[in-house]
Amino acid sequence: MTNMPWWASEDFWRKTAIWVTAGMALVLIVLTFDTVAVITAGHSRVPAYEVINKRIYYRMNTKRQFQEPVIGDDAPLFGKMLSPAEAEAMVSHGKMTLQARNCTSCHTILGNGAYYAPDLTKAWLDPAWAGESTREKLMVQFLMDPVTNARGFGGNRRMPNLHLTQDEARAVVAFLKWTSAIDTTGFPRNFRPIAQEGDR
Amino acid sequence: MSIAKLTGSAGLDGGQRLAVKYFVVAVVLFGAQILFGLLAGFQYLNPDFLYGVVDFSVNRMVHINAMIVWMLFGFIGSIYWLVEEESGTEIVGLKLANLAFWLFTAAVAVVVLVFLIIQTGPGNIESIWFINEGREYIEAPRWADIGIVVCLLIFLYNIAATFTKGRWTGIGGVLVLDLVAVAGMYLAGMFYTENLSMDQFWWWWVIHLWVEATWEVLVGCIMAWGLIKTLGARRQIVTTWLYIEVAMMLGSGILGLGHHYFWIGTPEYWLTVGGFFSALEPVPLVAMVVHAVYDSGVHRFKSPNHPALAWLIAHAFGNFFGGGVWGFMHTLPQVNVYTHGTQWSASHGHFAFFGAYATMNIAVFYLAMQKWRGNVNFGVGLVDNGWKWKWSLGLLNGGVLGMVMALLLSGYDQVFIERALEGSTWSGYFRAQHNVWYLQGMWWRQIFGYMTAAGFLLLVWDLMTIGVRETRPAVFHTEAAEHAA
Repeated sequence: MTNMPWWASEDFWRKTAIWVTAGMALVLIVLTFDTVAVITAGHSRVPAYEVINKRIYYRMNTKRQFQEPVIGDDAPLFGKMLSPAEAEAMVSHGKMTLQARNCTSCHTILGNGAYYAPDLTKAWLDPAWAGESTREKLMVQFLMDPVTNARGFGGNRRMPNLHLTQDEARAVVAFLKWTSAIDTTGFPRNFRPIAQEGDR
Repeated sequence: MSIAKLTGSAGLDGGQRLAVKYFVVAVVLFGAQILFGLLAGFQYLNPDFLYGVVDFSVNRMVHINAMIVWMLFGFIGSIYWLVEEESGTEIVGLKLANLAFWLFTAAVAVVVLVFLIIQTGPGNIESIWFINEGREYIEAPRWADIGIVVCLLIFLYNIAATFTKGRWTGIGGVLVLDLVAVAGMYLAGMFYTENLSMDQFWWWWVIHLWVEATWEVLVGCIMAWGLIKTLGARRQIVTTWLYIEVAMMLGSGILGLGHHYFWIGTPEYWLTVGGFFSALEPVPLVAMVVHAVYDSGVHRFKSPNHPALAWLIAHAFGNFFGGGVWGFMHTLPQVNVYTHGTQWSASHGHFAFFGAYATMNIAVFYLAMQKWRGNVNFGVGLVDNGWKWKWSLGLLNGGVLGMVMALLLSGYDQVFIERALEGSTWSGYFRAQHNVWYLQGMWWRQIFGYMTAAGFLLLVWDLMTIGVRETRPAVFHTEAAEHAA
């Protein structure tokens, strides 16, 4: 054992393990401070909650080489302009409903969750809602009674009735509208959004 | 089988008697994981099955939560199992540890009942506190989160105090530092925010830093101890390897966290950081394979516990292929932008969790059963030629591997149709789900699920009967090797 080279010794690798772990943890902490600032609502990549008062587009940015959300003119949700505090409360109620109704045990959102039902990230912009004028109404109807209003898409997989109240359904729509304005670095790729007024 | 042998626990130390309780609950939850997985899998084939009664969401939630908890119970049990031998002294705070076990088990039972019976709640904070937190893998309501942290802290106290009282070994040192992180990371998942990006940023601290960092280190420790037990591998070599693995695992895994930060609203530098470091994550897993195979070869596979050794080797390969290869396949952002959130992830998840963690727990179950039976021979010439453990090893590994391949085929189909052709819309999603090739994969997955279930039943039968009629004592190589070192 006396001829053991330094790189094979227990002591060397113990120290290496400690230093590598500490170093990586430090880098993670530094990056975390930066990231948390950037993803705070209202910063560059995650919209402020009052974005639900606006029209949201999803357009190709040729410089970045992928689509990104673009905030347009006023398009108040359910016909009512909300103050920042009201908008935040509504989005929060929607998120809380999403959690309490266990939505991500069937759906993914931002790609995370279960794979039994479609991704919700761009639900607000999905062409399934026929057109801009019918979207809000169809979404609320569907959320409150998904059995009768089942869209099906040619199969028999249906969303169960989770008995959302009208307030909850509207709040979920608000939350999904806000979510559609998060800059997801081009995920999902090649997404084809619903046609909206002002589309180029 | 005599009652004395079932309840005897003769020759077990205090920590080991507690460990057996953890193992029993772990096996029950393993069974629940498989049962609810089969139910959820069948709903893909027949969506009307249990529709409106126990919906897919409930089955899937119980399926993955049972998995997380049985693995935790297995790890905690494993560490209670080895702590007295490893530290050379009696466990500290055993009464408190027993209390924590009953609390933890009762909490799990209540949570599962609430999941199955109440299922969901109104959209307010009370639901999140008492019914369902609604965040994948950590759906347990907040009160249970607090309970889990308390139990983990008691566990940490037991283990740290025992090593302090006895002797600190390399394995013990790594273990205790790691347990601090296991308890600490869980806190990152215990708050509410309406900001989905922020939510997922911290949620990954729990999921990734548990599963791909602290749990990996934990099984590295158990593996190190297991190789000493099954093969009599020399402690110095095993410990040095453990340090090397920790350095590589945390060197790649901590920033590998970045591969979850590609698409959740986080800055673009994560594409580079996450892509680079997660691409390195398989490296330590290769080292672990080399380590296990090398040690087995050096000792010519001579072991007094063949099933445990076989499962340790299954762990080494399962960890590498399931975690390393299957993870690497879709970890680069250029690939991941298409595959993220499809059955690819399910394929990887099944392979990695089984390969890395289920295998290790099963290995320890066999080590525990051996001592329980009075340290009899589990090696060459087992009664009945050991057909039960061999068949359950084959059925479980074959079953999971079959599910993994089937899900991967469905995943390819989904990515191609939904993402590449159809532009990721809802109609594109359903077009992929209804595609004949996709459905074929789902059928195969179900069939291999039944095979896995058969393997599980055989495993339980084997654990209850192995060594009962055996009288020859096991020949351990450990001590001789220790002296030689």
